[in-house]
Amino acid sequence: MSETTQIGSDALLARRSGARRERVRLVAMALGPVFGAIVMSGLVLLALGVDPIAYYGYVVDRGLINPYGLQATLTRMGPLLLIAAGLIVAFRAGIWNLGGDGQFLLSAVVVAALGPLMVPYFPVWMVLLIGLLVGAMVGAVWSLLPALLKAYQGVNEIITTLMMTFLGVSFANVLVKLFFRDPATTVPQTRTLVVADRLPRLFDTTVSSGLLIGLVAIMAVHLLMTRTAFGLKLRIVGANPRAAIHAGLNVPLLTMATFAISAALAGLAGAVEIMGVQGNVRADWNPAYSLTVVPLVFLARFNGFASIAFVFLFSVLSIGGESAARRTGVPNFFTLVVVAILLIMLGITEYLDQRRRAAGK
Amino acid sequence: MSALFTQAFLTSLVLGALTAGIPLMLAGLGEQISEKAGVLNIGIEGMMLFGAYLGFLVAYHTGSVWLGFLGGGVGGLMVAAPMALFCIRMGLSQIVIGIALTLGAEGLTALLHHFQFAQSYPRLPAVETLAIPGLSSIPVIGPALFDRPPIVYLAVLAVAVTAYVFRRTQFGLALQAAGDKPAALDAAGVDVVRVRTVAVLTTGFLAGIGGAFISQIGAGIFVPFMTNGAGFIGIVLAMQARGRPFWVLCGALLFGACLSATTALQVAGVSIPTDIIQMLPFAAVLTVLVLFGRRASLPPALGTHYVRGAR
Repeated sequence: MSETTQIGSDALLARRSGARRERVRLVAMALGPVFGAIVMSGLVLLALGVDPIAYYGYVVDRGLINPYGLQATLTRMGPLLLIAAGLIVAFRAGIWNLGGDGQFLLSAVVVAALGPLMVPYFPVWMVLLIGLLVGAMVGAVWSLLPALLKAYQGVNEIITTLMMTFLGVSFANVLVKLFFRDPATTVPQTRTLVVADRLPRLFDTTVSSGLLIGLVAIMAVHLLMTRTAFGLKLRIVGANPRAAIHAGLNVPLLTMATFAISAALAGLAGAVEIMGVQGNVRADWNPAYSLTVVPLVFLARFNGFASIAFVFLFSVLSIGGESAARRTGVPNFFTLVVVAILLIMLGITEYLDQRRRAAGK
Repeated sequence: MSALFTQAFLTSLVLGALTAGIPLMLAGLGEQISEKAGVLNIGIEGMMLFGAYLGFLVAYHTGSVWLGFLGGGVGGLMVAAPMALFCIRMGLSQIVIGIALTLGAEGLTALLHHFQFAQSYPRLPAVETLAIPGLSSIPVIGPALFDRPPIVYLAVLAVAVTAYVFRRTQFGLALQAAGDKPAALDAAGVDVVRVRTVAVLTTGFLAGIGGAFISQIGAGIFVPFMTNGAGFIGIVLAMQARGRPFWVLCGALLFGACLSATTALQVAGVSIPTDIIQMLPFAAVLTVLVLFGRRASLPPALGTHYVRGAR
């Protein structure tokens, strides 16, 4: 603070250094919780009798340094980015769509069932295109009930979307086991989309082009929310719904639109995961990506570009963690703990920053 | 059809409604206390799960059901305490911290269970029941309602106690004010932060006992993620009950009956895939919300942080 007053005569310089300090502050506020969470989670590992350095070393090696691991990490990012894009739209519009997991899973099941059926009749590119469209639609449909309840009855969407996720996870299982089951296999699962009919891989790598879809989607969403009139309207609804009504905005309609876009992106993520990575859906499969992406989007402060960085970080942790689960005996549930600690650290950082700024005034 | 309505079928239906309903009721009751005080407690799912885990662990090692329930309550408190610290004292977002605590409890209990029991799921011995003389010999509902583990009677008693506290005590009034108009409560010289903290801790304790009920009496084992949304159903119950504890009890038994109807049908030889059974409570919740959503009422100050002197 005193530094600024010393050079206060040169206003331009002061402003520039202020801007730089602001940027440093933002970076510190994003990275602080990450480091805090890594240290705290390390303590949890230590308490469980696992060497945290060895564990993290293994995670970084398998998720980032090992070429196959890195490719798996980049592939993992595709669906996660799509989910993050959907969450950004919803959260910026002040709507807590916590039902992404149901939207994702149902879309995945429908696409997995539909894909292999279409293959004999359509060219591959058309199968993929229809798959993506259907996935987005299924996701949107699964959010229709919470959207209607929120828009026209004012029912809290946190509860309804969570309920729809529980409902959707079981429903997806019912579909896989009773309706879409591949008769050729003993374990209940859908028919498999052969590798040749999946989303193309990028260049000579094993990275799925789902990554590109995800990157495009999240940048498009970022521009939509920050650069267009529609995005501004959504942000107004999010910031102050009452003011939005007074400004003549059709709040129920905008609420419906927000849900549709957000859930369609989650559904698209399901389609990309199936057509790019899994090829089929096994019964009881539920990666539960959506709730774990929520903290990442918060860390990025609903900024699309920052979200890409955090989704990358999480993908490293998640892919590395899966390898580490087999090797070090620490189950993958550990990532849940890391994410939880990350969220709490984020909250504390925010709190400290507010206090610091209040003290600085 | 007539074979369905045998005495055994009806008894198992009522019994199932009670066994599935009591944890939901404890969660709903707890959530209602938080909501009354203006705290939307999304972390209640985590509180239940941690209660289920700790309750099971204590009962498993001590062999005492009562210590198990105490452990469950403490487990719930252990998740409620950070909620109180972060959301009520520091004013962090109740939704963000709620999600964090639920995710954390899910991960931590699964992790701890893995390190203690690996892939085995040890079973607790069956809990002894306490038959109420006279009432327990009524046909059908007698054995189902009045020959239950004592904690069931205590849980129902908790509803009456909560109703009494809400209606007849100073503290009940303070809770209401903390949710409706915290500034007025503050002006009256009552510490809003303290009232809300007590509310959230009580929620944690009740939800933890509810979780312990699921692991000790409902299942007899602990399985990771076993509460499977019971806490969230509790939130809906609390919303629909509009501040009245007895409605929570009725709603919980209704959901319990819905859950147990399918189990009872299976007992009667009608086979239904378990996935469809698992869908029923959530379908029921959504139906209730569609039909009565508009009537759900929440305190005006719900989810907002109270800062003294702020406008």
